Amino acid sequence: MIRVALAVPCYVDQFRPQAARATLALLERLGCDVSLGFDAPCCGQPMFNAGVVEAARDVAAGWLAASGAFDAIVMPSGSCTHHLRHHVPALLAGAASAHAARVTYELCEFIAGPLGRPTLAGHFPHRVAMHLGCHARRGLRLGGATELHQPESGPMHAMLGALDGLTLVPLDRADECCGFGGTFAVGEPDVSVSMGRDKLGDVTGHGAEVLVSSDPSCLLHLDGIARHGRSALRVMHIAELLEEATR
Amino acid sequence: MTGHPAAAARFLDDAARAAWHDQSLWFMRQKRDRGSALPEWESLRFAGSALKAHAMSRLADLLEEFERRATANGVVVHWARDAREHNAIVLGILRTAHVTRVSKSKSMLTEECGLNPFLEAQGIEVVDTDLGERIVQLAGEAPSHIVIPAIHWKREEIGALFHRTMGTPAGETSPDALAAAARVHLRDALLHAGAGITGANALVAETGGVVVCTNEGNADLGMHSAPIHIACVGIEKIIATRDDLGVLLRLLARSGTGQPVTAYTTHVTAPRPGAAMHVVLVDNGRTARLADAAMRTALHCIRCGACLNTCPVYRRSGGYSYGTVIQGPIGAILAPAIDLDAHQALPYASTLCGSCVDVCPVRIDIPAQLLAWRARGAAAGRLPRGYGIVFEVLRRVLGTPATFARATRWARRVQRLVPAAWLSGRWNPWTRPGRALPVLADESFREWARRERNQP
Repeated sequence: MIRVALAVPCYVDQFRPQAARATLALLERLGCDVSLGFDAPCCGQPMFNAGVVEAARDVAAGWLAASGAFDAIVMPSGSCTHHLRHHVPALLAGAASAHAARVTYELCEFIAGPLGRPTLAGHFPHRVAMHLGCHARRGLRLGGATELHQPESGPMHAMLGALDGLTLVPLDRADECCGFGGTFAVGEPDVSVSMGRDKLGDVTGHGAEVLVSSDPSCLLHLDGIARHGRSALRVMHIAELLEEATR
Repeated sequence: MTGHPAAAARFLDDAARAAWHDQSLWFMRQKRDRGSALPEWESLRFAGSALKAHAMSRLADLLEEFERRATANGVVVHWARDAREHNAIVLGILRTAHVTRVSKSKSMLTEECGLNPFLEAQGIEVVDTDLGERIVQLAGEAPSHIVIPAIHWKREEIGALFHRTMGTPAGETSPDALAAAARVHLRDALLHAGAGITGANALVAETGGVVVCTNEGNADLGMHSAPIHIACVGIEKIIATRDDLGVLLRLLARSGTGQPVTAYTTHVTAPRPGAAMHVVLVDNGRTARLADAAMRTALHCIRCGACLNTCPVYRRSGGYSYGTVIQGPIGAILAPAIDLDAHQALPYASTLCGSCVDVCPVRIDIPAQLLAWRARGAAAGRLPRGYGIVFEVLRRVLGTPATFARATRWARRVQRLVPAAWLSGRWNPWTRPGRALPVLADESFREWARRERNQP
């Protein structure tokens, strides 16, 4: 049995706990022994991206202290994983950050990689549009970038494509940012919402019933715009979709 | 709001126009994607990055080699420490030759130095001969894009402008007719100019030559029809060899417009008989940039515009929202080096989506430099308003599991007690543009785990 810790980012804990519960259920269903003993609220990405480096270092130190006890840590968030892997080692150089960077995985990346399950058997009879957050797509390279002439790909894409009944809806601008961008969402609110509206227009314009992402931060923003516009679109985290599809 | 966010909000007020602008530039991005779909594209990008890094590491040697060879070829080479010296040198050349009319092809360096207003104040007439540049010049504007200066102009508006300034028929909007009118108009300026000013896409050290790329041939007409050619060039444009130039030109045209090569690519090494050629080499902050290890690769930029076209923020906020000569992602990392106080908001005009670094022909890690500028601005006390308090609170709240639990319990109480309408007031940037507030769950994951899984 693979032992793994579930690390729940601050905003998932508070705004989308169902994504964390679905991650837990899914990992247990896949045969993991999941520890809930990881106890740090946040990796410090919000401060780091805003340029407030000292605060980012303080908060990341708490995260690293919690990481030391585990050999594998799974997070239902691409951007937090990206921050840990690519920024924290420079922010807090040393064995602790190197360890955390090595053992921390984004959920789909973990299932397809260390768990060795690139696809899962399941059923989800809906038209689904996939949104891969930019830190997952271009930062962790968990999807294709059109700038690099790569086709849409990656672990989440493969898992969705393998589910029975699921129709993956192609988007006009699949790898365009949704406009969340952390503090950008409130620092540049008009551009942020304009980008989000365009993303949702692309999704609903192709007849998708469900929008799924491995990044709950993108979803927080997109769901807010969808609810403001009273859209019927169902916004889901990939853990929620996979958990429901494999029940 | 002030600065970029406010200018962007004004740009987005005209939603239809903003959508048109976004789509026009997305079209350029798609052309670039098709034009750059070569098996060797990634190798070219690595080679482009390497040849630029090499040139910057030997900047002084290569510039001196260039000067030696160009001088031997009969070119007069000038050195300008800053914009003021650059403008004075150009004025000196023109005054000595009693020139009062000048044609000028596209040059972002002369925009950076403010050459046009400077020369006009001295009584010298300057006509920009690139069609897009001429449009914005006639309108009294600056370029809104480094490659497509008038990308924000619609053809109907250009028709009205040409009617007013060139006497084209009212209501004329055919691109062919408008281009033909512009051709006649510009021919006059080109034929009667006492000097032709150009920029340069590259300086080649081993030839002492200046390379100029255009699609309209206007730079060639300018430099070959006037008795004096003055090339105004930033020193970072130097490359070592003709072989390097081959790589650079392929990257430039495909990244800029998706073309395999620009329509006119001229490698000029000497003045023609009876004419004079000057090259003005301009520093204007570039050597200081080179000394800044974290930021120096910004000097590798070849001004192709690909990062502007791909940037979802640039497309939806327009070139003028940046308030800089160079716009978009590359502008947002260049401008703070010139004046951090004036441009401290620009590094925040990005979601850090990373498209710019993937599209960049010389692989400049723009997001890393955006983050580095944010950190420098913060360290210098130049955080955007409100960020200081917000992040100090967050630092405490997110510091330990106990403070996080306590603070979020309070937040849920506030959410229950305070009317949603007040929380979503005009003051709240999250909700103001049309985005519902996120809802704190009744039970956090950690509380659920404690209840269901006996977690401490």
